[in-house]
Amino acid sequence: MSGEVKDTVRDKVVAILAEQAVLEPGEVRMDSTLADLGIDSLGLVETVFAIEEAFDIQVPFNANDPKASEFDISTVETMVRAVEKLIDANR
Amino acid sequence: MRRVVITGQGAFCALGASAGETGAAMREGRCGIGELDFADVERLSIRIGAQIRGYDPEAHFPKQALTLYDPFTQYALIAAREALAGSGLEITEELGEEAGVVLGTAGGGLQTQDENYRDVFERGKNRVHPFVVPRLMMNAAASHVSMAHGLRGPAFSVATACASSNHAMGQALGLIRSGQARVVLTGGSDSMLCFGGIKAWEGLRVMSKDGCRPFSASRNGMVQGEGAAVFVFEEYEHARARGAEILAEVAGFSMTSDASDIVTPNQHGAERAIRGALRDAGLAPEAVGYVNAHGTGTTVNDRTECAAIRAVFGAHADRLMVSSTKSMHGHIMGGTGAVEMLACVMALREGVIAPTIGYDAPDPDCDLDVVPNEARAARVGAVMSNAFAFGGLNAVLALRAV
Repeated sequence: MSGEVKDTVRDKVVAILAEQAVLEPGEVRMDSTLADLGIDSLGLVETVFAIEEAFDIQVPFNANDPKASEFDISTVETMVRAVEKLIDANR
Repeated sequence: MRRVVITGQGAFCALGASAGETGAAMREGRCGIGELDFADVERLSIRIGAQIRGYDPEAHFPKQALTLYDPFTQYALIAAREALAGSGLEITEELGEEAGVVLGTAGGGLQTQDENYRDVFERGKNRVHPFVVPRLMMNAAASHVSMAHGLRGPAFSVATACASSNHAMGQALGLIRSGQARVVLTGGSDSMLCFGGIKAWEGLRVMSKDGCRPFSASRNGMVQGEGAAVFVFEEYEHARARGAEILAEVAGFSMTSDASDIVTPNQHGAERAIRGALRDAGLAPEAVGYVNAHGTGTTVNDRTECAAIRAVFGAHADRLMVSSTKSMHGHIMGGTGAVEMLACVMALREGVIAPTIGYDAPDPDCDLDVVPNEARAARVGAVMSNAFAFGGLNAVLALRAV
């Protein structure tokens, strides 16, 4: 994945999270957690849906146990990495 | 206050084509969950459910009538017919005016909607069958049961998602207690096993891809089912006067609203509903031997429900049997409380407690006697049935042996 594509992925994920959190993209830091952003479990389900739509990927995620899912939601950074991996796997 | 008893029951679901067959399956701990079979199932990530197999609508209804019946109506009619026949009631002109119908449903004629949306959007058709509206309306099942048996008193449908049946049966209880009806056919029905029905649930990410294992540490979500159960609720003196066989007394009911979250359950709302039903029935917590749990198999429901049961029953919680029959018939949504009521009646009448099947690993958050995997013989004098719906709407019924 080229650097430019990577930037786009990050920007898009940040934009999706910002919209969900009702924040400006500039306020979303790479080390922010979902709790920092004020995104609850229902917001997370919506976020995953928006990511799937934006990148045309399937995100392995079960709301019953988000931590056990392969999709690492610990921070914005881990989510961006996970999306990049899924996009790569899709190629 | 007038007392209310159950004098008939009927069912139609993945476990069986009658109340007797469904009860037998529960006794055997049989699982009705399997691979889903309908159009476009390959486009779903959730492909299991407790679907009714080998059903031939034309064996039950004239072809002409079927044009008016969505599957949720068909299931309700089949169950109602059995319940009424079993009760031995004859609905005369006079009794018909004092007889009603209250049925729960969450999806109504969802299959009818699904098929007709396909026609107009996917196939580009510009015309749909003239009966689409009367097929899909939420009250179609209640109205057809009323028409089929000449029940001309209060009739309506109740839609409170997964608690619809319990809310419906609670309303039936109230109608008889208050003297607005002597007899009410009540329960619920749903048939959402179609592409659109499952696709919508997929989105919430609370469905399991491999099975319904309530209270197990390994549980990973709910599994949908379909079907109906209908009961004859009758005023006690009326039932006695005609020498009817009484299956159980509907002793108490309570409903509460969490007023907190649209999907996440709330322990206090559940607790208040369980306490309220005990109070309404005049039952001490220690008198209850069995609770048919809501037990959906999601992480949060089962944990919250167990905490609520502990809070209400205290030390008695350790002597209480608590099972979720959804492990066998799936989550029948608006019909689920009614199908689960069969297990409550079975516990009281036959001394058989239906198991929670698929149980494979204890969860410290669910450390109650969940009657794992095999039915158990036990004498109980009073039982309860929980239902906690999306939207935070809770409805709990208490039954007593007569």
